[in-house]
Amino acid sequence: MTLLLNIAVDGVAYGMILFMIAVGLSVTMGLMRVVNLAHGGFALIGGTLAHWLGTEVGLPFALVLLGAVAGTIVIAMPLERLVYRRIYGFGELQQVLATIGLTFLMIASVNLWQGSSLLSITLPEGLNRSVDLGFRQLTAHRALVIGVGALVILGLWLLLDRTRFGIRLRAAVDNRDTASALGIDTGRIYMLTFALGAGLAALGGILGAELLPIDAYYPLRYMVLFLIVVAIGGLGSILGSFVAALAIGMIETASRYLVPDMATITFFAIVILFLALRPRGLMGRVGA
Amino acid sequence: MQGLEVRGLSKRFGGLVVSEDIDFDLPPGARKALIGPNGAGKSTFANLVTGILAPTGGSIRFDGQDIAALDEAERVKHGIAKTFQITTLFSGLTVRENLRLPVLERQGQGGRLFRRADSDPKIEAEVEALLAQFDLLALADRPVVDLAYGQQRLVEMALTLALKPRVLILDEPAAGVPSSETHLIIEAIERLPEDLAVLVIEHDMDLVFRVARSIVVLVQGRILTEGTPEEIARNAQVRELYLGGAHG
Amino acid sequence: MTGRLLSIFLILAAGAAAYLLFPYNLAFLTRILIMIVLVLSLDLILGLAGIATLGQAAMYGAGAYAAGLFAIHVWADPVAGLLAGAVAGALLAAVSGAVLMRTQGLTLIMLTIAVAQICAEIANRARGVTGGADGLRGIRPGKVLGLWEFDFIGITGYWYAFAVMLLVFLALAIIARSPFGLSLRGIHESPERMVAIGVSVYRRRLAAYTMGGAIAGIAGALSAQITQLVSLESFSFTLSAEALIMLILGGTGRLYGAILGTVIFMAVHHVAAANDPFNWLFVIGALVLVVVFFLPRGLVALPVSLKRLAKGGRHAGT
Ligand SMILES: Nc1ncnc2c1ncn2[C@@H]1O[C@H](COP(=O)(O)OP(=O)(O)O)[C@@H](O)[C@H]1O
Ligand SMILES: [Mg+2]
Repeated sequence: MTLLLNIAVDGVAYGMILFMIAVGLSVTMGLMRVVNLAHGGFALIGGTLAHWLGTEVGLPFALVLLGAVAGTIVIAMPLERLVYRRIYGFGELQQVLATIGLTFLMIASVNLWQGSSLLSITLPEGLNRSVDLGFRQLTAHRALVIGVGALVILGLWLLLDRTRFGIRLRAAVDNRDTASALGIDTGRIYMLTFALGAGLAALGGILGAELLPIDAYYPLRYMVLFLIVVAIGGLGSILGSFVAALAIGMIETASRYLVPDMATITFFAIVILFLALRPRGLMGRVGA
Repeated sequence: MQGLEVRGLSKRFGGLVVSEDIDFDLPPGARKALIGPNGAGKSTFANLVTGILAPTGGSIRFDGQDIAALDEAERVKHGIAKTFQITTLFSGLTVRENLRLPVLERQGQGGRLFRRADSDPKIEAEVEALLAQFDLLALADRPVVDLAYGQQRLVEMALTLALKPRVLILDEPAAGVPSSETHLIIEAIERLPEDLAVLVIEHDMDLVFRVARSIVVLVQGRILTEGTPEEIARNAQVRELYLGGAHG
Repeated sequence: MTGRLLSIFLILAAGAAAYLLFPYNLAFLTRILIMIVLVLSLDLILGLAGIATLGQAAMYGAGAYAAGLFAIHVWADPVAGLLAGAVAGALLAAVSGAVLMRTQGLTLIMLTIAVAQICAEIANRARGVTGGADGLRGIRPGKVLGLWEFDFIGITGYWYAFAVMLLVFLALAIIARSPFGLSLRGIHESPERMVAIGVSVYRRRLAAYTMGGAIAGIAGALSAQITQLVSLESFSFTLSAEALIMLILGGTGRLYGAILGTVIFMAVHHVAAANDPFNWLFVIGALVLVVVFFLPRGLVALPVSLKRLAKGGRHAGT
């Protein structure tokens, strides 16, 4: 029983991280129909900025978080304009190549600036304290991760369901041409969505550094993991990504607890089996 | 019975009924046209017959044999083929290669590895004959993308005919073709083999009246009426449908 | 036929010239040859059949480990080892392809990456057999065809790899012009139409994927025999990505694009990566973006692209 609860708590925390990082990828891929392999790069950029702001500049954690996320968005916006906007119309192979190229450039830049070793992110004292859950101790940091993840899904739901931007975004995901024919400025929506996705990836990258440690090769190491969340959730579906991320968090955590030697293989086997049976994922509207 | 025999065929997309209780025969040598407003379900009917879509109910028999369980590729092998309403060709390949592919596949040679694709004189002769039949000899070595749309529609027909079908369904063969080139399509249809069963789906009434000996009118998934071109031309309901502006 | 003879002659001449011009770089030249075989396998799958994959390293690695283990435990004969590599690559491709070829687009690309990662993980866990992270060592291939011993300068290795590359090139040139090759191009152009002419696209794609797997396995086997070492890196994403980049750089679907792209890419790599692998990532990242935006059809189409540019037309996208 305790084991199950442990798996549930750790799995949820891990799932929240995956969700924050991958949700932007899912929405941009559903919206812009672009195969983006560089998305993990934004988590890397966020993590690197956080490392720098925390250890070298010495800001307090709240400001580190804010500054790193904002910094990532500032970097992401021009990239959308300069690279992504040009490849929307390209074939999928060209998109794969362009975003691989971008990934390589991100890795090389981070290495040039901060080197290739592990980039630690200093947490404030308070987050290292543990909370007693009765059956186990949970660090305040994990509790924070779960809390922020919940806030993010709530915020996204409000944004999509309750704002004009959300209505337009959903219209554009459903049908891009109709949306622009209706006078919706899809270019602006693309950019804002992209920036939001990159910002969330940075947030997830920083908060998740304990589970997915940050170093220059981060975007390559976890590329498949993030893509799996998107493919299982279904392109363009936020709820799908959320469910998929939690499920993947649980499955991975469970296989680590239960079959530590075969964890990766078990995990991939389940994923491949699922996608073979449901190639469009849980809630895919768009054919992958 | 020889030929195609459809009974009580129906198809629903969710709540939308697109084909309802359709009875339809197409014996060898038939020249039928299927007309009706846009969205009437004509393409859907063609897709049901060729196995691209699975029906919700009803039966499809070919030469007395139930073919409902066969998939698209298997029905092609049985001799049921159709052209696409939207031209679907191997656009980067030349016209000749476009025609060589279906001939090779029909002869069961499509998987061969260690001989050249163009080395079988029988297959090449068949390809040349098709090129000649559709007046495409002069364009044979051009990539299909470079052809005018009317010519692409001819390739579309030639490619389908290369399968030596016994039932040929032409889904709007003249759609998008400038009126100056429609005659090419009409002539090509008139030159089709006598014993081939042909069903033409078309909006161009000139074409329909030129090639069809019998016309079926489909409205909202149901067959409204069937008759000779003269009967259809006189039919008040049909005139209403077309002159009433429903024609898209 | 004369075209074929001419290309054989050109490749032979280039091989001999490289051998004479760079006698002290035979190891590097041999690596290029091995890479060409891998990129050729990708050209069959991606260039002809249009199957987008980022996991060709899976079959390469499988071939490498199979050939290595075969040499250690069964028989040291290099040609038999190549066969073992080909079988391993084909088997892995057939088994994984049975699932993969049902998917397309993003899912397909992702699963191809995943398959390679699984292979790496398995090789890593099965330390007792594969040597795990230390790599598989102790491969001592015998004489090629019982005649030529592998020498430490790498002369035998070079000509052995060259001969294998030439044979693979010729086999693919024949397959590309065969009915099967034509049908793969047809599938690439329009899978819907291929179904409409009565072809099981799934089976054809699986056959192509398996063949490509066999050739990638041969490339892996070559590398195992010549470097006498197999490491987990054989399964790496970077290897798959680089092979893809080489192919696109040269131009897809024409085989000699694979040769051209590989030679140029490896030469640039040799120069740029000499001191710092991360600098190399800058170079390759920029190179890829340049190819995507300015040379979408690769170097073999460069003359055409330039002509269009001179006429004031826009670059040709695909
Ligand atoms: N795959 C599908 N899913 C849902 N509705 C469809 C699908 N295909 C066709 N329809 C609908 O079925 C109706 C008939 O379409 P179609 O057969 O293409 O008509 P026609 O060829 O007579 O113009 C239309 O309302 C169309 O929107
Ligand atoms: Mg129609």
